[in-house]
Amino acid sequence: MKVAVTVNGRQVAAEVEDRMLLVHFLREVADLTATNVGCDTTSCGACTVLLDGESVKSCTVLAAQADGSEVTTCEGLAGADGQMHPVQLAFRAEHGLQCGFCTPGMVMAAVSLLAENPNPTEEQVRSSLEGNLCRCTGYHNIVRAVLAAAGDTQAGALAEVASAVSGKDAP
Amino acid sequence: MGTRVVRTEDPRLLTVGGVYVDDLRTPELTRAVHATFVRSPIAHALIKAVDATAARAQPGVIAVFTAEDIGEPPGPADQPTAEPLLAAERVRYVGEPVALVLTEARYQGEDAAELVSVDYEPLDPVIDLGAAATAESLLFPGMESNIVETGTAGEADGAGFDACEVVVERTIVNQRLAPVPLEVRSAAAVWADGRLTAWCSTQNAQMSRAVIAGRLGLEPPAVRVITPDVGGGFGAKVGIDRDPIAVAWAARHLSRPVRWVESRSENLVGMVHGRAQRQTYKIGGTRDGRVLAYHLDLIQDCGGYARFGPFLVMLTRLMATGVYDIPHAGASSKAVLTNTTPISAYRGAGRPEATAAIERAMDDFAAEIGMDPAEVRRKNVVPPDKFPHTTPTGATYDTGEYAAAIDKVLDAAGYAGLRAEQARRRERGDTLQLGIGMSCYVEITGADPDAGETARLVIDGSGSATVYTGTSPHGQGHHTAWAMLVQDELSIPMEQITVVHGDTDAIPDAIGTYGSRSLQLGGAAVYQAAVEVKEKARGIAAGMMEASEADLEFDAGRGAWQVRGDPATGLGWADIATQAGAEGLVADVKFTASQPTYPFGAHLAVAEVDVETGKATLVRHVTVDDAGKILNPVLAEGQRHGGIAQGVAQALLEEVRYDADGNPLTSTLADYAAITATELPSFELVTSETPTTVNPLGAKGIGEAGTIGSVPAVQNAVIDAVSHLGVRHIDLPATPERVWAAINEARAGQ
Repeated sequence: MKVAVTVNGRQVAAEVEDRMLLVHFLREVADLTATNVGCDTTSCGACTVLLDGESVKSCTVLAAQADGSEVTTCEGLAGADGQMHPVQLAFRAEHGLQCGFCTPGMVMAAVSLLAENPNPTEEQVRSSLEGNLCRCTGYHNIVRAVLAAAGDTQAGALAEVASAVSGKDAP
Repeated sequence: MGTRVVRTEDPRLLTVGGVYVDDLRTPELTRAVHATFVRSPIAHALIKAVDATAARAQPGVIAVFTAEDIGEPPGPADQPTAEPLLAAERVRYVGEPVALVLTEARYQGEDAAELVSVDYEPLDPVIDLGAAATAESLLFPGMESNIVETGTAGEADGAGFDACEVVVERTIVNQRLAPVPLEVRSAAAVWADGRLTAWCSTQNAQMSRAVIAGRLGLEPPAVRVITPDVGGGFGAKVGIDRDPIAVAWAARHLSRPVRWVESRSENLVGMVHGRAQRQTYKIGGTRDGRVLAYHLDLIQDCGGYARFGPFLVMLTRLMATGVYDIPHAGASSKAVLTNTTPISAYRGAGRPEATAAIERAMDDFAAEIGMDPAEVRRKNVVPPDKFPHTTPTGATYDTGEYAAAIDKVLDAAGYAGLRAEQARRRERGDTLQLGIGMSCYVEITGADPDAGETARLVIDGSGSATVYTGTSPHGQGHHTAWAMLVQDELSIPMEQITVVHGDTDAIPDAIGTYGSRSLQLGGAAVYQAAVEVKEKARGIAAGMMEASEADLEFDAGRGAWQVRGDPATGLGWADIATQAGAEGLVADVKFTASQPTYPFGAHLAVAEVDVETGKATLVRHVTVDDAGKILNPVLAEGQRHGGIAQGVAQALLEEVRYDADGNPLTSTLADYAAITATELPSFELVTSETPTTVNPLGAKGIGEAGTIGSVPAVQNAVIDAVSHLGVRHIDLPATPERVWAAINEARAGQ
């Protein structure tokens, strides 16, 4: 079947198998490989992307379901000038990544969280990242990175980004 | 040394993502076919026939290979290490590869693999490690039993116990774990012009090259192994498994590029597991807290083939007495085969098992004599004036400040206050009881010090540096760390330093990463290369300035050689490297060390246990982890965090389980309880640096320490929380079910 998805602002259309997963559409059709596959039971979150502004695990969405939608992957977060997104900057500053495999999904989950709740507590950060596994960091610095990104000065910028990628008004 | 530097690796990983095997878009792999393994669904059976007719008729199927196609001679029936690339006559665990399906597209592989029909004749499965030694059913019929190794260290059981006023003995479980790197196993291979190029998700490109060449009958120079980004290893990606070798064989046989990325369900049965010991400790001493004798007897489950199991038990025996100065001590072990996934190195590899036993034993002994467990530990640690210290089991600890580590961790945790809070909750009969658990550890790092590690440093005519390192990162931050070492020594800015790893054409001679060896061997090699380059540069600069070498000095501020005391003179790296010739300034180093190093530390865990449901929650985790001199605290702390989390996972959650027939019960991440952010607190790290003299950096390994220290601390905390109810022991992992059962059993017994 024919599927057309706007990925990071770019229209990507292709004839694909009915059963093709969104994550494979992103990796193989759109050729965006930041989004990873870490399991086959929707448990690890390495494939997390934003679908029309909401975070989803793209291994559990058919490409066909995303037809006509907008998807944002980790590659689409940086500004036009190449400046990293505040969440990406915070992950680097706080050493919130090691091997990097869970990172794109973790960053997208964090962006989604902060769009919904710009000033989360540590407990809220941990709870919202429950569906994203990291085997390297013990989550310690990931949590610190998300809290750092949620600082007051950045909250506005985050809401703007979330609004821009979802097409919805900032909360 | 010692500055906090954020990683140079991160901008790429955070924006476009790493390039793992499945992400490779190199032209050679554009038309790569997909490999899918058919795996045994049965734990122990003879293979009577494999019929791939239906599979071969499927759309997109290029080939289906079995052991017959590969044509390896059958493995000797008395060699438990002989793993065929594809199982030929017999399968020995669920997940063992039996056939290999090659398809044009990814999904076609899964479809076709289901149509490969294998006729199995079931054999009695050997699952319980306690029964394996005497089981009539043999995994290798040429062997006399399923025992692959027995060994001892130190004194025989019984020595020294006669003089003890108190002796405690207990059998405990160190459960089987799945390493779960977020990137599963993967490989790609291309055969072209009589040469094989293989991209492998491994910790050791050079070791992989040697194994692939050996198995495929090629000379090592005919094989190039490249490690792209590797999404976590934790020991489970040391060397190379049979699956990627079969992939390389297929690429050569078909003369087509092949790529293989397993699924997580395959990974949880196909990748090695870790731990899997049943241990019996016996500890004895005086009523005033002096431990006089200790013995550890254990059975190591090796799984279906004897990979690393015998080596793991050697490490457990060696490290049996931990940080304690025990006059009479020994260890004995049996390593056995069972019809389960093979056991190999997993973060700690043999040392966490030793630590878990002695640290549980110390608490058991403390409970028996009614003394505070921290006090018992302090009374028995090796004192600072006894280093180097050779233990009864044969380890020679280089340096250590064990009592100081205990004091630091108790102080940072506010131990007295925690005990007071525990007493209040007990007094009130709270539902949420508080437990405080301690562990002290010493471990062994810098594996294979005499094999050492290589580094090649090249300064080119632009004054930029390239480091070719023999170690191989999978999250540790080697590119940042090695650039720091060069910048420190030569004042070349980190932005002008490139680090290359994991390509056997660029770095033919190297060992790679395991046993927390990278900084102390690979990093020391880089440091030594920088020192050598600096000395060469002095000679060249002297010639250029027509001065004597002794009259020159290096101005670290501007990174230039100058005549002593005359900043008006000066030659920078570009000038000197240009003068050195077309190759630039080069140093080739192999750094070897005289012995391994022994990092140590103390962990204190605070757990809350709901005595009605049995649920244990870790609320605080305070650690002292002393790994000698720290190069970059950011990286060292990251290693500690990750290690602690994997240890807490073993203490509370994770366990690979099989049913009595050897069917895995935890073969997806929905069933295997990999630890999440909600099950962990933020960690409280205390700084401590006791340098070693074994290498010029003064560094010991830090990658595995967190895992080794945290498991018994958390386990002891959970038990401590319910000890007033009469509970003396709860096996790993301390799941709500186990804790609840232990409470009820204790209550029933009172």
